[in-house]
Amino acid sequence: MDTNLALLLLLSPFVGFLFNIFFGKKVSRNVSGAIGTLTVLVSFLMSICFFAQLNQNGKALEIHLFDWISVHNFKLDFGLLLDQLSLLWLLFVTGIGSLIHLYSISYMHDDENMHKFFAYLNLFVFFMITLVVGDNLLVMFIGWEGVGLCSYLLIGFWHKNQDYNDAAKKAFIMNRIGDLGFLIGIFLLGSQFNTLNFSELKVALGGNLSLYTNICLCFAALCLFIGACGKSAQLPLYTWLPDAMAGPTPVSALIHAATMVTAGIFMVTRMNFLFDLTPEVQNIIAIVGALTALVAASIGLLQNDIKKVLAYSTVSQLGLMFLALGCGAYNVAVFHVITHAFFKACLFLGSGSVIHGLHGEQDMRKMGGLRKAMPITFWTMMISTLAIAGIFPFAGFWSKDEILMVAFEHNTILYVVASIASIMTAFYMFRLMYLTFFNDFRGTEEQKHHLHESPSLITIPLVILAILALIGGAINLPGSNWLNHFLEPILATKHEEHALGTHEYMLMGIALAGAVFGILWAYSKYIKQGFVPKQDSEITGFSKTIYNLYYVDEFYTFLIVRPLNSLSNFFRTTLETALGKLVFGFGTVANGLGTQGKKLQTGSIGLYLFAFVIGVLAILTYLFIAQ
Amino acid sequence: MDVTTILILLLVGAIATYFSGDKLASKVALVFSLGAFGLSLSLLSTYCNGGNISFIANWIDIPKVALAFKADGLAMAMVLLTTALTPLIIFSSFGNSFNNSKNFYALVMFMSFAMTGTFLAADGLLYYVFWELALIPIYFIALIWGNGDAEKRKKAVLKFFIYTLGGSLFMLIAFAYLYSKADSFLLEDLYKLDLTASEQCWVFFAFFLAYAIKIPIIPFHTWQAKVYQKAPTVGTMLLSGIMLKMGLYSVIRWQLPIAPDAAKTYMPVLIGLSIAGVIYGSIVALRQKDLKKLLAYSSLAHVGLIAAGCYTLTLDGLSGAVLQMIAHGFVIVGLFFAAEIIFRRYETRKIDEMGGIRTQTPKFTSMFMILVLASVALPGTFNFVGEFTVLYSLSQVNVWFAILGGTTIILGAYYMLKMFQNSMLGETNAKVFAEVTSNEAITFVVIIAFLLFFGLYPKPIVDLITPSLNEILSNINS
Repeated sequence: MDTNLALLLLLSPFVGFLFNIFFGKKVSRNVSGAIGTLTVLVSFLMSICFFAQLNQNGKALEIHLFDWISVHNFKLDFGLLLDQLSLLWLLFVTGIGSLIHLYSISYMHDDENMHKFFAYLNLFVFFMITLVVGDNLLVMFIGWEGVGLCSYLLIGFWHKNQDYNDAAKKAFIMNRIGDLGFLIGIFLLGSQFNTLNFSELKVALGGNLSLYTNICLCFAALCLFIGACGKSAQLPLYTWLPDAMAGPTPVSALIHAATMVTAGIFMVTRMNFLFDLTPEVQNIIAIVGALTALVAASIGLLQNDIKKVLAYSTVSQLGLMFLALGCGAYNVAVFHVITHAFFKACLFLGSGSVIHGLHGEQDMRKMGGLRKAMPITFWTMMISTLAIAGIFPFAGFWSKDEILMVAFEHNTILYVVASIASIMTAFYMFRLMYLTFFNDFRGTEEQKHHLHESPSLITIPLVILAILALIGGAINLPGSNWLNHFLEPILATKHEEHALGTHEYMLMGIALAGAVFGILWAYSKYIKQGFVPKQDSEITGFSKTIYNLYYVDEFYTFLIVRPLNSLSNFFRTTLETALGKLVFGFGTVANGLGTQGKKLQTGSIGLYLFAFVIGVLAILTYLFIAQ
Repeated sequence: MDVTTILILLLVGAIATYFSGDKLASKVALVFSLGAFGLSLSLLSTYCNGGNISFIANWIDIPKVALAFKADGLAMAMVLLTTALTPLIIFSSFGNSFNNSKNFYALVMFMSFAMTGTFLAADGLLYYVFWELALIPIYFIALIWGNGDAEKRKKAVLKFFIYTLGGSLFMLIAFAYLYSKADSFLLEDLYKLDLTASEQCWVFFAFFLAYAIKIPIIPFHTWQAKVYQKAPTVGTMLLSGIMLKMGLYSVIRWQLPIAPDAAKTYMPVLIGLSIAGVIYGSIVALRQKDLKKLLAYSSLAHVGLIAAGCYTLTLDGLSGAVLQMIAHGFVIVGLFFAAEIIFRRYETRKIDEMGGIRTQTPKFTSMFMILVLASVALPGTFNFVGEFTVLYSLSQVNVWFAILGGTTIILGAYYMLKMFQNSMLGETNAKVFAEVTSNEAITFVVIIAFLLFFGLYPKPIVDLITPSLNEILSNINS
């Protein structure tokens, strides 16, 4: 029974994919969208069922489906694991997934390839579920690469535009750099422990380990983290995520904010028993996370494309989550993943609603004053912005605060870096709100005339997500700590509980004060002074460096892409020709020898006799000497 | 019934095709090749039920040569690859029209016969005869029905012929030497030979030259790209899909067990060379402008990884290599077919002259996309199973081999996606691109279904080949 329900949970979106790919064109757009949405909703309902069951008996469910790959010393089966961690992820992946599917019915309604959009979106949910419920690293890897594929397909959804295709390709390739790391990590673990199954690995790693094994573990953990860097857009592999905004906005909300990019955090949390054994790697994770948070937030300060701001904000928030992981506070990272999924999905969908209202305009310099025309969009986005800025009592306040707290305990510098990133977040998010919704409208008269609130299929998901962004913190309020208790069975090391003392209240106060400072800073600049960001050509100095993303892309092109291309050209033209000539060289030599040899055949008997005598003499001399 | 019936059927098919006349030739060839496929399947089921389908009889007394055909799981896997791909390749060419098509299809059938013989032969000289026999039809196919400038084509094809023939001569010398030692060409007798280290070394590298040119392993690959480009697509498919697997298969069947100590000694060098081919092929493919040449270099990269797997001398390496041979055989045939479909409509192989096709032909785009993804070994495709197993085996030898070989994951994605983007995506092309016909679609669907099914459930093939590979490994390690 459980097996069948689990299969339904897994395969329902896949059925939606098949339907839309094969018959989507033949049915009306609403039907295609409805089927896409319903199949995800089925998965959501199944997730709730399993969640309720788990809450009742507390037992994780392991389901073996079939043998997949076998290598010499162990077998890899295709199995599912439904435990606390996977169910938590399933709930918000399929839950938010359903909302975003619903939203897309309206958002994508005018696109002639809407059925394909839903097909890819369904396929994405299917792979995401696979990633989450796999009971071993390799099944997770199917999902891992599968979501990467869907991300590729959806970023390049409007495939007539080669810039979008470039962005899609970039995302796929950068992810694959990480994926190689993931694979090597799998190899190292597999060869040490002869299994990739999570529960078996956990047991194996709990035993006594030799020094050599420990070194291997360190490398394995590092390799897995490289994989996580690719998927979750951390330094130095983050540059694909902002470009990924080329995809339709629901895609940005679902894949590039709420779900897929959190896969790295999921994986590290899943393998927490490994990372706990490798404090060196944990330190690296914490540092990379904090740096990413800071760098991305600083870029976000000056972006003018509404989706780009949100994209850098996502990178920055993911960095904070990795900081928490690096401090060993997996539950805190998971908490922030969930609250972030609520408010960031809401923000992206809200920005989509704005873009929809302005017929595709994404530049905030051409927005402004939309508050009146789009009240629901405004209020829902406002709530989410307050949440991401970390204002009491919105969801983001609780989760971000916990991250800052664990960072403070871990290392003061990391705490300071994370706090600065948080203040920046408050600033640029309110900058976004002020530029978009306040003051006067700066677009064309034509646009102004058509300003309107989006239809209800768009606003309903916004409202639901905004409510979650408001109250989502409740799942792990200090005192009750429901999430911490819920996650206990999957964490190898117990995270000690915090009683709220003066210390904690002080940190909370500082965080809150920082957020308020960021908001006021933005207020004075964009409301009081009515400042509008300058045109691209007028930006100078260090701002220009930041505006141009620190020239990281240019640096990568210079360092990797161009040398690779030159090498390719060199190999293709010079080396290939030379090698070819070399082979022909043998032919030429043989030919030459033949031509020379031909000359010996003169037909003169005298010469032949002479050669014969010389030959006989030579043999005789040789025999004589040999004796 | 034994495996000779497959050979007889293919040979009869070749003759029948020749006499059926130009109009019927392709259909007759298809019927016979499908028959051979059916026959191999039924023989496989006999084999799996414990029946004996091998065959041995005396042929020549002096020197002692036997008509020995050994059909174990490994050989059957390769025979099935050949007999499955042959009808598919023939069917895929239904959209082309060839002059003297009776000659053309007869040669295709004959080539299939010779390749099947190579996979089955268990007598050195017999094997050598089949090995060389396979070269003749492809030479004529590429020469007569190829494309591009006739003079250049002649040069490229002749170079290929002489180069591979020259390499094979070293193998012949090795066989002659082995015969002088064992007084037999039989595979089993050669396995039993106790050669000294230096003898093994000579024999090993004599074999290596023949195989390195055929596979090809860098730097012996220079014949490949031009021949792939000039040959008609059917020829390219036969070459890349099946013929280069003859070399890889022979490494496992002949080279490693006959000279095991040399194999162990030179293992790191050979793996290194093979992996260098992976990286080299991938990098050259990055900037290729000709679609068929790009696929040729991608093929060079893929077979490099397969060869590396073979030379690990581990079960994982060998079985991953065999799985990857089969997977690569199917996917490369599909990819060359996609190139052919574009050529049928746009008469170009230059990637810059394509683009903007996707909007006009959603079905073709999807199928091409899936093949591209299989080629970059996306999990869920059969290619992933093979590549994963090979890389795993490499990591057991030395994790750096796995890292370097694994760059194919990144570089492969780079050149394949770039190719796909430039050839298929972008603003709608002004030239009309007709959607694939149902005949064309069938070829794709068969290939894709195969790759996806075994991608999720490779067990039947793994179970088929593992006992034979274990037997070979025990010969290597004893």
